Amino acid sequence: MLQDLAAVDTHPLAATAARYVGLLPLLPLAGFLVNGALSLMPAYKAGPSDPSAAGHDDHGAADHAHAADHSDDHHAVARHKYAGLVSLVGPLVLALSFGLAVAIWLAMAGADEMKTPYVKTFFDWMVTGDLRISWAFQLDQLSMIMVLVITGVGTLIHIFSIGYMRDDPGYPRFFAYLNLFVAFMLVLVLGASYPVLFVGWEGVGLCSYLLIGFWFSDKANADAGKKAFIVNRIGDFGFLIAMFLLFANLGTLDFTGVSAAAPQLGYNSALVTTICLFFFLGCAGKSAQLPLYVWLPDAMAGPTPVSALIHAATMVTAGVYLIARSGVLFAMSPTACITVAVIGTLTALFAATIGLKQWDIKKVLAYSTISQLGYMFMGVGTGAYAAGMFHLVTHAFFKALLFLGSGSVIFAMHRAYHHTGNHEDAQDMRNMGGLRKYMPITFVLMWIATLAIAGVPPFSGFFSKDGILGAVFERAQHGALAEATWLGMPGSTVLYALYALGLVTAFLTAIYMTRMMLYTFHGPNRTGEAERAHLREAPWTMTGPLVVLGALSAFGGWLNLPAAIPIGPVGALEKWLEPVVGAATVSVAGAASEGVTSTEYALIGVAVAIALLGIAFAVMRLKPAALVPARDAVPSHGFEQVLEEKYYVDEIYDGAVVKPLVSGSRNILWTGIDRGIIDNLFVNGSAVLARGFGWVGSQLQSGETGAYAWAIAIGALAVLGAFTFR
Amino acid sequence: MINEALFFSAVLFTIGVVGVLTRRNAIIIFMCVELMLNAVNLSFIALSRLHGSANGQVFVLFVMTIAAAEAAVGLAIIISIFRHHKSVDLRNINLLKG
Repeated sequence: MLQDLAAVDTHPLAATAARYVGLLPLLPLAGFLVNGALSLMPAYKAGPSDPSAAGHDDHGAADHAHAADHSDDHHAVARHKYAGLVSLVGPLVLALSFGLAVAIWLAMAGADEMKTPYVKTFFDWMVTGDLRISWAFQLDQLSMIMVLVITGVGTLIHIFSIGYMRDDPGYPRFFAYLNLFVAFMLVLVLGASYPVLFVGWEGVGLCSYLLIGFWFSDKANADAGKKAFIVNRIGDFGFLIAMFLLFANLGTLDFTGVSAAAPQLGYNSALVTTICLFFFLGCAGKSAQLPLYVWLPDAMAGPTPVSALIHAATMVTAGVYLIARSGVLFAMSPTACITVAVIGTLTALFAATIGLKQWDIKKVLAYSTISQLGYMFMGVGTGAYAAGMFHLVTHAFFKALLFLGSGSVIFAMHRAYHHTGNHEDAQDMRNMGGLRKYMPITFVLMWIATLAIAGVPPFSGFFSKDGILGAVFERAQHGALAEATWLGMPGSTVLYALYALGLVTAFLTAIYMTRMMLYTFHGPNRTGEAERAHLREAPWTMTGPLVVLGALSAFGGWLNLPAAIPIGPVGALEKWLEPVVGAATVSVAGAASEGVTSTEYALIGVAVAIALLGIAFAVMRLKPAALVPARDAVPSHGFEQVLEEKYYVDEIYDGAVVKPLVSGSRNILWTGIDRGIIDNLFVNGSAVLARGFGWVGSQLQSGETGAYAWAIAIGALAVLGAFTFR
Repeated sequence: MINEALFFSAVLFTIGVVGVLTRRNAIIIFMCVELMLNAVNLSFIALSRLHGSANGQVFVLFVMTIAAAEAAVGLAIIISIFRHHKSVDLRNINLLKG
């Protein structure tokens, strides 16, 4: 303990803004308390005579009858009494947090040498036996990046939410949950040990559940929340097992302690592989990778800002963060590394194919998120931690922009339908079309994000995706992974295959994103005559954050330029992260080669060509003019239908897991054990037994005084006899 | 001397027991119970004398007090039974039957 204190005092950050690191999550937590208290105030009550309340309930019922599996943003229009105060408090705490984060970042950038993380211990949390866990926060370059992204993008999304959610009766509750989410997310990235991280991990899971089921009066939304929660439990089981194994073998759970003691586990031992794979199971749940990705598309049932903040920009990237944070462990197990990369790549490809045929604009983005997360795992799996984190950051920019843009579109569609009393699906792209005329700002910004995600230079996604693909290609040529074997295959072959699949995914990404843009913004408008008059751009609270995110999506690539394209500071993010993940990267990939080779230019050329080809293919093949509104659409067939039905994975899981579980629970656990054994045998059985004894006993009671007298006398004689003839 | 006293006490007690067991009339059963109590009193007195101790006589006083109290309560109950049933035959009284 004394050593810790001494280390803290001499740390270059000790006397800077970093000593207020505890405030980072406390500010949003305070916002949660204020907004939560306001949400409990009886501010609005829809009486039976209130026409808007009654009317909207009917809308909801009618709407969901024909669009049962669609999430849509239908809700009662009723501004909360304290909406003004909430609009102030909710984003303000985030902005303050962001300001503090920037101050800490400046201090960190100013401290010239920061090789060790700044750990601030607040109190002893769990002390039992050998286990000693402090509630401590750790600031280093990696957590700093995450804090900046979370608070920065979080602030923008909070501001957007003012416009998007203002007319919802649950407005304070929404901001309370959102603030609480940010608080937990900051605990996740700031925690100095696995258990503290796990608190944040579970906390964001809780907030995700609460926000997916925000409009819980609709059963589909509540079910989606439960699905997310339950699927994540499977992953959390893996996380816990990994933590137990770490503690059992190393006796510590602090990040600093683990990285110091990690070599004890043995390079490429079965133990370290097991630990890494269990951690990855946790990541697969939280970050929606195969086979646990199924909850994320359903999570779109939540309000759109939630999808942007939680299910695209921050929470779902926690798995990537965890692997980067555990880089020391993963670097010791090539098997686990390649497994992560393989799962990531397969997820990227799988989700991209599904994204090709989705009609719900948010579902397209959901599958695109899963696919991009796959890319990030491809990066961190191959030890390219900086590239993975870079893609995490740029993805946070452009995917938040895409989701908020889709939110702006849904907002406009919904308002138009609201004016005319139409009950069509406001999220189905077949009902949109030609929106560029009505929403020019959203249109331009979403194209920027689309070019970014497709990987067109000079937008941010190009640099980050290229960084990952380049890293995979490099690892395939030489290094620990190329020499390892994975399931009997040489690592080099596996990685070349992953690179190829990554390119295919990039091609598909360009196609499905262009498809989304074409169907939403181009071609003729399919909303209907009456609705068209009411289509207009969103208010400035919504477009403002979009503009900022647009700038970030366009220029975010400058954060980490490749050496091959020196149009600014080269590899800034990589240098920044070097003290945290540098050792792990070198251990996986070997020392970075100096200079730019012609191969690198060739790889960049291929990536750009693929992206442009994908866009061109989509523009040539897809005919927005030929689309008909959703209600007139003919069902697709063949492989198209398989894609539209998401490979029937939900149905397969339903048949293979859910149905057996439910029928097993009903027939064996409920009917057999609970009702048969517990209820009948134990509960009723003991009652029958007691009644039987009671009946026997009652037969002794004749009520005849004489009989009792005889019994006493005989009993007394028996006792006397027993004493006498003993 | 002590043998005769204890023998007499045993005879009295047995008469009481037999009376309680065989008779049906509540008053007579009650009197037989008194007989048993007094048989016990007699053996207390005899043994007290044998041991030259006053303890037994103290107990006799207790027993007599209890017997008086019992008589008061018991007779009251019997009277109330009689008012209800117009009889004190215990064969008719079996309300406690299980």
